[in-house]
Amino acid sequence: MIFNRSPWALHIVLLAAAIIFPFVSSSAFVINFGVLALFYAFIGQSWNIAGGFAGQLSFGHVAFFGVGAYASTIVQMRFGFNPWWGLPASALAGAAAGWFIAVLSFRAGLKGSYFALITLAFAEVFRIVANSVDITGGGLGMLIPMKQTSANFQFGDRRAFYFIILTLTVISVAIALWLKASRFGARLAAIRENEDSARALGINTFVEKIKIMVISGAIAGVGGCFFAQYFLYIDPTIVFGVDKSVEMLLVSMIGGAGTVYGPLIGAVLLALVSEVTRSMFSFQGLSLVLYGTLLVIIIAFLPNGLVELFKGREQKKAGRLASAAKKGDV
Amino acid sequence: MDLTIIGAAVINGILMGGIYTLVASGLTLIYGVLHIINFAHGSLLMVAMFGVFYLVTKLGVDPYLSLIVTMPSMFVMGYVLYKYFIGKLSYGKDENILLITLGLSIVIENLALMFFSGNSQTISMSYSDKMFEVGPLLIGLPKVISFVAAMVMCALLGIFITRTDTGRAIRAVAKERMGARLVGIDVDKVFAISFGLGMATLGAAASLLMPIFYVSPTTGHVFVMVAFTVVVLGGMGSFLGAVVGGLIVGLTESFGGLYLGESLGQIGISLIFILILLFRPSGLFGDKR
Repeated sequence: MIFNRSPWALHIVLLAAAIIFPFVSSSAFVINFGVLALFYAFIGQSWNIAGGFAGQLSFGHVAFFGVGAYASTIVQMRFGFNPWWGLPASALAGAAAGWFIAVLSFRAGLKGSYFALITLAFAEVFRIVANSVDITGGGLGMLIPMKQTSANFQFGDRRAFYFIILTLTVISVAIALWLKASRFGARLAAIRENEDSARALGINTFVEKIKIMVISGAIAGVGGCFFAQYFLYIDPTIVFGVDKSVEMLLVSMIGGAGTVYGPLIGAVLLALVSEVTRSMFSFQGLSLVLYGTLLVIIIAFLPNGLVELFKGREQKKAGRLASAAKKGDV
Repeated sequence: MDLTIIGAAVINGILMGGIYTLVASGLTLIYGVLHIINFAHGSLLMVAMFGVFYLVTKLGVDPYLSLIVTMPSMFVMGYVLYKYFIGKLSYGKDENILLITLGLSIVIENLALMFFSGNSQTISMSYSDKMFEVGPLLIGLPKVISFVAAMVMCALLGIFITRTDTGRAIRAVAKERMGARLVGIDVDKVFAISFGLGMATLGAAASLLMPIFYVSPTTGHVFVMVAFTVVVLGGMGSFLGAVVGGLIVGLTESFGGLYLGESLGQIGISLIFILILLFRPSGLFGDKR
């Protein structure tokens, strides 16, 4: 395939398709689908950067997402800033939360499943705090008043939201591409494959892992800001709920953890499956049944995710070696 | 503060702690001894509780009598689940087991949502509201039964793992997998049996919980974090630890609710979990590893 020889051709085609997409149909359903898919891709990429590229499996990534959602909404509602300030505020807050959790957990030497469980516990602590203090509005949550001007981060045309989340997603993909190519990314890959060997090679694994959690936290935080401005309502159960952590992980794992495009594929699939099942069946839950099943199948038979199916022969060989390593055959 | 209220909080905490011990004792075996990170522990409890619910409402079986059905059927389910599913598909890797059991819990919970709807179900028996009077305090009979049963079950599990051949085999596999294989222990079978035993205790927990708790597809969420907290706090693989850990968690929750209010009071369990992992990962009674 031409795309294997020239990745830039693939980027341009993908980006052009994404730009044309909202003009194909102006129906609210289609635009909403696009926003949803890109939103999943964006927060999935945040998980992927820590969980996929650096191998730091987090079950509580929603902590950063929720902190970002609250930071941006509080800055706007309690301190009267223009809502656009919510973007940097949420990135900062997400980064700070990432730093905080990473320093504590990695200093204690937690990894693998222990790290996964402690992030889950941190997310739960954040949820309870947001549920209990006054500045967040407690369990009632916060409602952002409707006032549709672009200066107010609200738009009459939903396509504006589409292009904002598209821009954010492009930035997150760029970060993933940079990780793939840079020495920093190589150090993270070394940590993911074997942390002791990485340390033996002179990599300061503690610092590198904190750096990546800060970046990942910042991205998830911005995702929280977008979520708040898109739905104009947040409460502790929504923005600190386990479901969202799981969605981030699923999108990334199913598409392909540690790959640049995995979260994009996983996100489009998640959005498709949830919209289709919702419009065809009256009962809840089916989309997640399918998605959970897919997760099990992926881990058992396709450890590098669905993105594997799109690769050329050369890359497949490398992928097979990597998956054999993941299964422990090598 | 009034002594009666504190007394009530202590008793309530201890009884709740018994229930947490009950749910966690199976996990102590699965996670604490063999390090199988079963994230589906809560969802499988929920399945067993729905089983008890239908046995009681459709067939009129007494919930405590349903133990005879839930324990063996959960054992078989756990054995098969591990042997043909979790163990096979995860290739024995820690993270894979975590993700496979996560996938399993997502599937189970959402299937439950499809078939049983999201409503909470409860059962009511003639003895549901029976109370003891201890001084000025009232204690519910079903809670006392669950508590006593939890203690008995932990004692039995403790005896089983230290005194029987299967128990010795389980400990051998936990300590030194290769060595166990060399002396002729079928390691994969031991894993499946342990998983089945863990599930059997979960079946017992379901029967004992149903008279005092509700079941809904998300009931598992209530218990999964608590169960991991109890196991880690008590120390990996220690049944005495599970009892003490369960009581501490129960009391923390009860006093958290009393002093910090309904909302902030829930923070205790997660905080204990975080603090233990950060500062004393071996727990109260665990081996230093």
